[in-house]
Amino acid sequence: MADLIKVENLVKYFPVAAGNVHAVDDVSFAIREGETLGLVGESGCGKSTTGRLLIRLIEATSGRILYRGRDIASADKKTLHDMRKEMQIIFQDPFSSLDPRKSIGETIGKPLEIFGMGSKREREEMVDALMEKVGLSPRLFYKYPHELDGGRRQRVGIARALSLSPSFIVCDEPVSALDVSIQAQILNLLKELQETMKLTYLFVSHDLSVVKHISNRIAVMYLGKIVESSPSLELFSNTLHPYSQALLAAVPIPKLNRKRERFILSGGVPSPINPPSGCRFHTRCPWKMDICSQEEPPLTDRGGGHFVACHKVK
Amino acid sequence: MNGPLLEVADLNVIYKTYEGTVAAVNGVEFSLEAGRTLGLVGESGAGKTTTALSIMGLVPSPPGIITSGSVNFAGKNLLSFSEKEMKKIRGNHISMIFQDPMTSLNPVVTVGIQISEALVAHQNLSEAEAEKKAMEMLEKVQIPGQRYREYPHEFSGGMRQRVVIAMALACNPGLIIADEPTTALDVTIQAQVLDLMRSLKEEFSTAMIMITHDLGVVGEVCDHVAVMYAGRIVETGSLEQIFGNARHPYTLGLFRCIPDIEEETSKIRPIEGLMPDPLDLPSGCPFHPRCPQCMDVCRTVVPGVLDDGGHRVMCHLYGKGGAARG
Amino acid sequence: MNNGNGTLFAPSSVQTKEREKRRSPWWEVWRRLRRNKAAVVGMSVVILLVVVAVLAPVLAPYDPNQTNIKMRLQGPSSEHPLGTDNFGRDMLSRIIYGSRISLYVGFVAVGIGAVFGGILGAIGGYYGGRLDNFIMRCMDVLLAIPQIILAIAIVGALGTSLLNLMIAVGISQLPRYARVVRASALTVRGQEYVEAARAVGASDARIILENILPNCMAPIIVQSTLGVAQAILSAAALSFLGLGIQPPTAEWGSMLSSGRQFLRNAPYLTFFPGLAISVVVLALNIFGDGLRDSLDPKLRQ
Repeated sequence: MADLIKVENLVKYFPVAAGNVHAVDDVSFAIREGETLGLVGESGCGKSTTGRLLIRLIEATSGRILYRGRDIASADKKTLHDMRKEMQIIFQDPFSSLDPRKSIGETIGKPLEIFGMGSKREREEMVDALMEKVGLSPRLFYKYPHELDGGRRQRVGIARALSLSPSFIVCDEPVSALDVSIQAQILNLLKELQETMKLTYLFVSHDLSVVKHISNRIAVMYLGKIVESSPSLELFSNTLHPYSQALLAAVPIPKLNRKRERFILSGGVPSPINPPSGCRFHTRCPWKMDICSQEEPPLTDRGGGHFVACHKVK
Repeated sequence: MNGPLLEVADLNVIYKTYEGTVAAVNGVEFSLEAGRTLGLVGESGAGKTTTALSIMGLVPSPPGIITSGSVNFAGKNLLSFSEKEMKKIRGNHISMIFQDPMTSLNPVVTVGIQISEALVAHQNLSEAEAEKKAMEMLEKVQIPGQRYREYPHEFSGGMRQRVVIAMALACNPGLIIADEPTTALDVTIQAQVLDLMRSLKEEFSTAMIMITHDLGVVGEVCDHVAVMYAGRIVETGSLEQIFGNARHPYTLGLFRCIPDIEEETSKIRPIEGLMPDPLDLPSGCPFHPRCPQCMDVCRTVVPGVLDDGGHRVMCHLYGKGGAARG
Repeated sequence: MNNGNGTLFAPSSVQTKEREKRRSPWWEVWRRLRRNKAAVVGMSVVILLVVVAVLAPVLAPYDPNQTNIKMRLQGPSSEHPLGTDNFGRDMLSRIIYGSRISLYVGFVAVGIGAVFGGILGAIGGYYGGRLDNFIMRCMDVLLAIPQIILAIAIVGALGTSLLNLMIAVGISQLPRYARVVRASALTVRGQEYVEAARAVGASDARIILENILPNCMAPIIVQSTLGVAQAILSAAALSFLGLGIQPPTAEWGSMLSSGRQFLRNAPYLTFFPGLAISVVVLALNIFGDGLRDSLDPKLRQ
């Protein structure tokens, strides 16, 4: 399977009064066609920004984003516009990602209208089909977002993302704002759609258990950098980076006898405006060595596609 | 003191809105012993927060009305207390921690003063004594005491929540109600805060009601669990009983739809259907439209509660005279 | 077909496309408005005004410009319920026809102000940066000049006519709409659904017209009702000063002006036009306030 998406040295700095927020700092990864890459991390790690950079909702400060081999980071407006048909996004908040003044039929059909696909009647039929595909009754066509619950609204967002038949979808925390019982419905829907429509996902989330369930590979981010990336199951059975270990250990498990041990980090996340020197995690790392505050560890392959950025892990 | 610290019996709360009457809490009953922690679990709209507000006497009064029930705290019915009497209870004997640490603290008052306010009000300490105690409380929640002069915006989210915990514990209340206290926090910070809450709970022997939608969090800190759905408690029991032997189809559904991080492959089985409309709850058992084991009687008759050694289930599958399964 | 949400529905191949009725966000606004008694009164007066203006030829007992020197300066009587002016014209008919002008000026001036001001505000709010700065500073300049003075200057430059009056009043109102829409646009542009529109390829123009402006309707509406009131006042003031409507056209402001010299003997010549202006402006203000309150929780749950 070829790489559908290849990201090389992606950087995004946001200028603020006190300096630059290093939101995404030299991030590289690849996603194969038909695969799901899970991007995991806590708030401020840069995962949402990365997702938006990939589809150029935000412009990168530097770096290359290759879609089927073509660099879209520097593409012109026309190419970018066409590319929208291939790369789409599902947002986190089902409340604010839908225009409250538009019926859901209108919202789902808008991309079709923008790209001039078919007559009005044909578009309506396509919208009906899309609604069915995501489990919404076409009878809800004229409903407004405020008349629907969170789960249904999120389905509208999914239908909208699917309308142009894209190949790649960035899922930005698509289930985080939903009730647990609805989360499971939407996750299953996303998996189903991936199979039937041959989709490739970048699944951004802070929830490790959700990411594990849906991803083939997972990349863990901390303060704008990828600290570990590996095939999904491998990350859980053989967690190498201390931050990944802490993250995994912190997930509360609804079971009586948990298998893993306590690993509680001290302190908080440093400011992204002035990230720590060397390895960004060294301020909280229980295994810190001298070299950690001086030199940044490169992301190296430990075998089997398992990459880690850590001086300690040899 | 004999008997449970808190006993809630037949609590019913409605909200009168223009669109109709919302039956927020329907016949809720539970009890809590001193020093123990109860996890009140449910999804949005289940009625958990309204239950907590009822205990605190904070249900917004139009449009909310407590139509019946009793909330016995240390033997006295809080629902019969006047506002003046409740003011002596809040922050003193019963404290509440809310979800959002960003908005729980007054941004223009220093952290130290916010902690000592309760001390001055309830324990008649002088300001100097209260200040000293406030610094001690900060140390207890692992924040350097000299930071008591700082303002909330100078703290991170996790630290702010710890300040809120310090405020709640300042007067050594018998009961703390924590409404989704870690939901807005990052998972590693959540682990810190839960760890802290566990150790403080032991140290102060405080009883706690932990409201959450996250069964994992319940597993970390709670001794007992009560599962709420559509304003009713559908199942309640000890942690071992609920985690080891959940009976109610909704509880089972909740466990099954969470991806298991420890298993290699996990299939998640969603609960079909949608949350019930609080203006128009289903007749009979409120869960019946979504229940994979729905029987005819479930549609019309509200199930009774079967008590099996402290493990209570509200379900016809286990009803008296019904097909009781062990 | 069961997709995990438990609902069964007919496939779309069925010819009859049943769609569920929807409840517009405006319905909620209407319901809240209805409960505000004062606003309902204000709204009724405004509706009455519109009806009177539209049906003026039917309602007015006389031709408003029909002079009758023999009947000049008559007080209110059964033949002329509001009396006659110094040319013997029936005051009641003039007041009734005057409502047309007031309404006309009010709506057109507000129309000009809202459309151009709204677009400028939306563009500034959406793009931000230097463009926004430039537009807002221009608006500041306009706002720095007192409305009446500005209107006088424009009418003075363009000449006195009904059209120029409306343009003058419209331009003087423009900055208000620009500001109000810009503030709203700033909020809206940060919403995820605007990002979503960009993600599906919407152009900036489409986003401004289809997503930003419709979501700024609330402040535009409120500002408009108050704006109509202001426009009526401005038109009256300008006509009073002789810069707007010229006699013999019946307009409340010019009626006030020409009635001034007879204040001692025939106070009703100024009283009734003044009353008309006051009542209409007050009603519009109350209605506008009520609208603002009912739009306030925004149109979402």
